[in-house]
Amino acid sequence: MYRYVIKRLLFLIPTILGVTLIIYAVMSITPGDPGRAMLGTSALQADVDAYNAALGYNLPFPIKYFNYVKAMVIDQDFGFSYLTKQPVFDEIWPRFLETLKLAFLGVFIAASVGIPFGIYAAVKQYSLWDTVPSLVAFFMAAFPSFVLGLLFLYFFSLKLNLLPSYGIGSFEHYIMPALAISIPPAAQNMRFTKSSMLEAIRQDYVRTARAKGAAERTVVWKHALRNALLPVVTQIGLSLGVLIAGAVVAEKIFSIPGIGSLIVDRIAYKDEPVIIAGTILISICFTLVMLLVDIIYAFVDPRIRAKYSNTKG
Amino acid sequence: MAHTEIQNILEIRDLKVIYKTDLEVVEAVNGLDLTIGKGKTLGLVGETGAGKTTTALSILKLLPSITGRILQGEIYFDGEDILKKSEHDMQSVRGNRISMVFQDPMTSLNPVLTVGDQIAEAVQLHNPDMSKEQINERVAATLNMVGIMPSRSGDYPHQFSGGMKQRVVIAMALSCEPELLIADEPTTALDVTIQAQVLTMIRELRDRLGTSMLMITHDLGIVAQTCDDVAVMYSGIIIEAGTAEDIFLGDKHHPYTVGLFNSIPNLDIKSDRLNPITGLMPDPTNLPKGCVFAPRCNHQMEICLEARPGVFEEGTHKIRCYLFSEAAGNSKAGVDLNAE
Repeated sequence: MYRYVIKRLLFLIPTILGVTLIIYAVMSITPGDPGRAMLGTSALQADVDAYNAALGYNLPFPIKYFNYVKAMVIDQDFGFSYLTKQPVFDEIWPRFLETLKLAFLGVFIAASVGIPFGIYAAVKQYSLWDTVPSLVAFFMAAFPSFVLGLLFLYFFSLKLNLLPSYGIGSFEHYIMPALAISIPPAAQNMRFTKSSMLEAIRQDYVRTARAKGAAERTVVWKHALRNALLPVVTQIGLSLGVLIAGAVVAEKIFSIPGIGSLIVDRIAYKDEPVIIAGTILISICFTLVMLLVDIIYAFVDPRIRAKYSNTKG
Repeated sequence: MAHTEIQNILEIRDLKVIYKTDLEVVEAVNGLDLTIGKGKTLGLVGETGAGKTTTALSILKLLPSITGRILQGEIYFDGEDILKKSEHDMQSVRGNRISMVFQDPMTSLNPVLTVGDQIAEAVQLHNPDMSKEQINERVAATLNMVGIMPSRSGDYPHQFSGGMKQRVVIAMALSCEPELLIADEPTTALDVTIQAQVLTMIRELRDRLGTSMLMITHDLGIVAQTCDDVAVMYSGIIIEAGTAEDIFLGDKHHPYTVGLFNSIPNLDIKSDRLNPITGLMPDPTNLPKGCVFAPRCNHQMEICLEARPGVFEEGTHKIRCYLFSEAAGNSKAGVDLNAE
């Protein structure tokens, strides 16, 4: 198991190299340059060229890429922002934490609402406990979070004046954005848990447990749930990744200084160091979450645990 | 209630079970009568879809809750009507007084719990006063009984072979020394050498513990080896029942039973192909009005298509067929096993 974790952590290195290479390649073929973006449309082309040259922007992208990786590995230096001239790391780290906070809050809400309703809907199939939440989830899964965000803003801030519409000052500031991003994944979690649970309940080993004389509650919680949760764990891991990268919508609507909105803003300025460093952070985070999912898998399912402990090298 | 003497561990009378969905009604068991004497083993024989497993699940009241319905009938277990018991009362019967071994050992154990835990669960449920040590002792003893080293109780099902898993399932079923063991095709999913081992083991344990048994199978060989009594099931009805001697050695048989015996390959007779019963079982959503076997029967008469035949009895031997009920004892009407 430890071997497996270490192996997976080592796998981070090629992952990050691949991610940065792709971002650099994409950036190099998109139009625009930082000089023009900074100096404006009325600036002289000569000034723009000088600006770009000073940044080292005009170098061919393989060389830029090589320099970037070298600086990152040898000096742990993410470079300076083209736009603000600040060290990139100082700029993105607090914003990254802000996004993480929002994403984890969203995932937590999505899981703690979606999973219990999913279990209940499966156990009480065809009853009101199933049909009503399933119908609600059906609609909510189809609602994009930006629509929810705008609706929340309209009702809770503008009409009812209950919650602040932007910023991160207090706990109340997080209520609307967290709900807006967590409702669609909560609906998905519910539907996913329900189908997974329905499948588990029909398994032969559940019938065996009933034939032993176990009470229905034991059958559901001890025998069916542990088997049903495996695919749900993957789903939750994926939704955390999606929320970290996708929180940008909520960040924009509720003016939260997160990493998603930062990256989107800087794309307009071709602020390569910030964009790439931000992307790396997000991809590391995503990879770690997926690793965590695999570890939970092994913890829950002895068959997978056995497979890992046999993995050599 | 006519039921006074309790020499039968299980008595099923006129049981009718359906599976109901929005689209159709499947008539799985249609007026079934069955009796198992105390300490006896009854073989329930029939082809796939005859309603054998449905019957077994009815005894434990474990039919699928959404679709399965018991429409009528009585199931007396040790003199008490099981169908009148509450779910709570049934929980103390299941696994304790009646337990069941399922067909497929590959899927009937929970993959995320150790086999020791799964056996211990059954013990603990029915012996809540036992200490942890006592339960562990019982688990070890039960594993020993089925020929598995007790040291393997911490292993998970995937670490066992199919035959070993079935032993674990049997250990689980016998851990509380039930009065009735229902074995639903316990060896069908196993290969032939393992089948023999498991069967021998089931027989030995049954004799040692004095358990009554309902052996569900489609294999007449297994019936001959293990059963005192036999009931042949077709389309949810017992069409012939009697002692093993009645079925294997008697001279009168239901045409379906004759067909079953003829479909066993015989080494003494040179033959190029197997000799199956032609045709299929009737559609359980649309059963014939008359005898359920009439459409496939070589001896079909007009009356067979009009109404269900009654039971012809000769001592312990019961046959549900017009061939006998019209002219009981008339050997011309009887079907000769060897003539087919």
